Amino acid sequence: MALLSMQNISKTFPGVKALDQVNLDVQQGEIHAVVGENGAGKSTLMKILSGVYPHGTYEGKIQFDGVPAQFASISDSERQGIIIIHQELALVPQLSIAENIFLGNERAKSGVIDWRETNRRTEELLAKVGLSEAPSTLVDNIGVGKQQLVEIAKALSKQVKLLILDEPTAALQENDSRKLLDLMLELKAQGVTSIIISHKLNEVRYVADTVTVIRDGMTVSRLDAKAGLSEDEIVRDMVGREMTHRFPEHQRSPGKVLLDVRNWNVWHPEHTERQVIRDASFAVRAGEVVGIAGLMGSGRTELAMSIFGRSYGRNISGSVKLNDNEIDVSTVDKAINAGISYVTEDRKTLGLVLDETIRFNTTLANLEDVSSGSVLKRNEETRVAERFREALAIRTPSVFQKTMNLSGGNQQKVVLAKWLFTEPEVLILDEPTRGIDVGAKYEIYTIINDLARQGKGVVMISSEMPELLGMCDRIYVMNEGALVGELNAEDASQERIMSLIVNE
Amino acid sequence: MDLAQSDTNPTAQVKTKSIGQYLSSHLRQYGLLFALIAVMAFFQIVTDGTLLRAVNVTNLLLQNSYIIIMALGMLIVIVSGNIDLSVGSVMGFIGALAAVMIVNMDQSVPLTIVSCLVVGGLIGAAQGYWVAYWKIPSFIVTLAGMLVFRGLSLWLLEGQSVGPFPKEFQILATGFVPDIFPVSWGDSLANMLEIRRVKHVNMLALFTGVAAAATMVWIGLRQRAQNRLYGIDDEPKIFFIARNVIVAAALIFVMYKLSLFRGLPNVLITMGVLTIIYAFITETTTVGRRIYALGGNEKAAKLSGIKTERLTFLAFTNMGVLAAAAGLVFAARLNTATPKAGFALELDVIAAVFIGGASMSGGVGTIIGAVVGAFLMGVLNNGMSIMGIGIDYQQMIKGLVLLAAVIFDVYNKNKQG
Repeated sequence: MALLSMQNISKTFPGVKALDQVNLDVQQGEIHAVVGENGAGKSTLMKILSGVYPHGTYEGKIQFDGVPAQFASISDSERQGIIIIHQELALVPQLSIAENIFLGNERAKSGVIDWRETNRRTEELLAKVGLSEAPSTLVDNIGVGKQQLVEIAKALSKQVKLLILDEPTAALQENDSRKLLDLMLELKAQGVTSIIISHKLNEVRYVADTVTVIRDGMTVSRLDAKAGLSEDEIVRDMVGREMTHRFPEHQRSPGKVLLDVRNWNVWHPEHTERQVIRDASFAVRAGEVVGIAGLMGSGRTELAMSIFGRSYGRNISGSVKLNDNEIDVSTVDKAINAGISYVTEDRKTLGLVLDETIRFNTTLANLEDVSSGSVLKRNEETRVAERFREALAIRTPSVFQKTMNLSGGNQQKVVLAKWLFTEPEVLILDEPTRGIDVGAKYEIYTIINDLARQGKGVVMISSEMPELLGMCDRIYVMNEGALVGELNAEDASQERIMSLIVNE
Repeated sequence: MDLAQSDTNPTAQVKTKSIGQYLSSHLRQYGLLFALIAVMAFFQIVTDGTLLRAVNVTNLLLQNSYIIIMALGMLIVIVSGNIDLSVGSVMGFIGALAAVMIVNMDQSVPLTIVSCLVVGGLIGAAQGYWVAYWKIPSFIVTLAGMLVFRGLSLWLLEGQSVGPFPKEFQILATGFVPDIFPVSWGDSLANMLEIRRVKHVNMLALFTGVAAAATMVWIGLRQRAQNRLYGIDDEPKIFFIARNVIVAAALIFVMYKLSLFRGLPNVLITMGVLTIIYAFITETTTVGRRIYALGGNEKAAKLSGIKTERLTFLAFTNMGVLAAAAGLVFAARLNTATPKAGFALELDVIAAVFIGGASMSGGVGTIIGAVVGAFLMGVLNNGMSIMGIGIDYQQMIKGLVLLAAVIFDVYNKNKQG
């Protein structure tokens, strides 16, 4: 029996047809995956389903639980049992787990909260999602993975009929992700129907019964996953072409050592007794792509940011040499001038000024080159931005588009453009393909290969091991602030990397 | 949708939108201009033409000069993502300092002016230091500053009013630029126009108005040609023409009115020059660009090599200097320093900046917007005073105008998003 049936859904934004006759049928008790590249229309579809775009602002029909649904708001859809858990978690960090779970839905008698009932119910729900934390623990004090479980517990507290998870594992570690996916399967066994939106096709294969692929605002296919489905089949439908290679071909012959970091030590900025980076030493050669593997929290980002203008940590010690000369990286602009660039893992909060245009963002880190005597040459700026738009294939009608209106992949390219314009010798890329779709990933890889070909040194930090294995010449493995191993491309495998992490 | 018409220039595709779309995405700028015109027209009618009489136009400019001078600095502070609540008190304190130096201590006027500007800068720097390097919220630091400098002016003046100032100090605010053109020209023009009661037309004011209007149009045309070349989606021709005609006409009209009274006030020159300088700094220099980046996303700005602390520090230092300049003008205009000078004026300044389209969260706002916002408030004040509306109603109306302007902003933003 179909729990949900969305028929011929079309949605138009000024100038853009976001959805064109999309169909989505979810059976009672199944896990249904919705996949598609960024900008394909997945989130628009979910916003229609959850009432963010109210009835009347779109075309088409929705049938939920046997009756036509015309949601006017999110609370409307929630009342019917449709709960959506967004990528950005909607928890209040300063409140406890119990308070968060019953936020807006408090167990109370005439306005006075019944704490015993609240805690009892919370414990039940936490047991259900397999989280062993006290109901009174502040959400701030538990990790992202556990926070995700709290979100699900919150959804379960509301008599959920259809649970929608939007990129639930985007911020999670491998083992946390696995736990979450197992929980989904368990909930399924208890009769909860869910929709999962994900980029990670191995996860989709692991949990989904049915897969709906959306491309360019249209339903491309509805695949039955129970009989077994290969990632290539899904990818083919997502991008509309056969993806024989996930990584572009490359042949590299690294030259002499470009960047040489020795005995790098960093202490935590607040907990001053905690050492975050321990005696890390690594080198990057010209024309080489070097990976840094490790779990989240192992200190990869901290290592990169502390080198890049001491943007993280305190009591930093160690030496950085570029072309055999010791360089001063004590401030960001000194690091940039020395020839180091760092592309942050979080492009929205650390990479871009979202309210500003592509042009504004492209030149931001190197205004000197588009100005004379501190007066900006705006035409020159436009030329530069246009040049990068073409070179990096940033898909936008003009460089005067605000970056907030771009898809994740295009935003990432703008951030790359900004750093390429500083003409670095060494580029440190922190999770360069996080949250962007398969096609855009391939393009980013191509850019990285081009950089290596030009003789630049590239450091690539990534949580996706296949990406490191597919792109890097050498991989350093990081664990608890120390570089615990180094593998050449030909010797490296996911298993060897994991065993280096685990055995330390 | 009209996406047709691609340019011959290969580097760019001009996307000519329909006029309606253009208007809806630029409603804010036109709305502000339109609001100013509408408010002026309204008061011109209900005050039986008093609003735009030569004397009153001159007064309007003099009355609002210190607000505008401070709004320039406040715009930068607000764009950088901060706020300065202390400017009214600092302005009063500097006026008091000037009075004590000149009247009580017999210091020379130039020395006093320079010292006052330096002290203003130091005050701004002192507050900026805590905000920039210690990350103490600017709201708190400047709230403290507001109290401290209010107290300091009281202490400095010992609770008394100090004045009057010598003539050479007064001309800062009340002086007029002498007509450099032969008197006979102005006389004959007055005859020619057969203006009653006016014997002389100040030719300098008139020529300045025409020259300023011509320069504005010229720069506009040049900019437009450039935009075309680079495919920036520029405004429809009819808007460009209408906007330029209206603004140029208004500029010449105001100058004409001034020429019928006593000509160009010194303050107008100060104000005009400062406005142009600050518009230039914010729009076309690297410092200006970095301030927008700082307010738009401080972390991203910092990681792009921008010295965010120093910029914040400079924004407050600059604010201090401008507050001092405003303090001098204010004291010179009143011809006395009183302990209450500048009381609650920071709110007018901040309101002007927000009415001018700046965003509370930083990164958004223009100098021209802030100046027009200040004039809008000024015309409201002036018009309502002429009508004899009580201060009680004036406050309420000004409050509602501020609220309406910001609601309009938010509504617009939501509609686009």
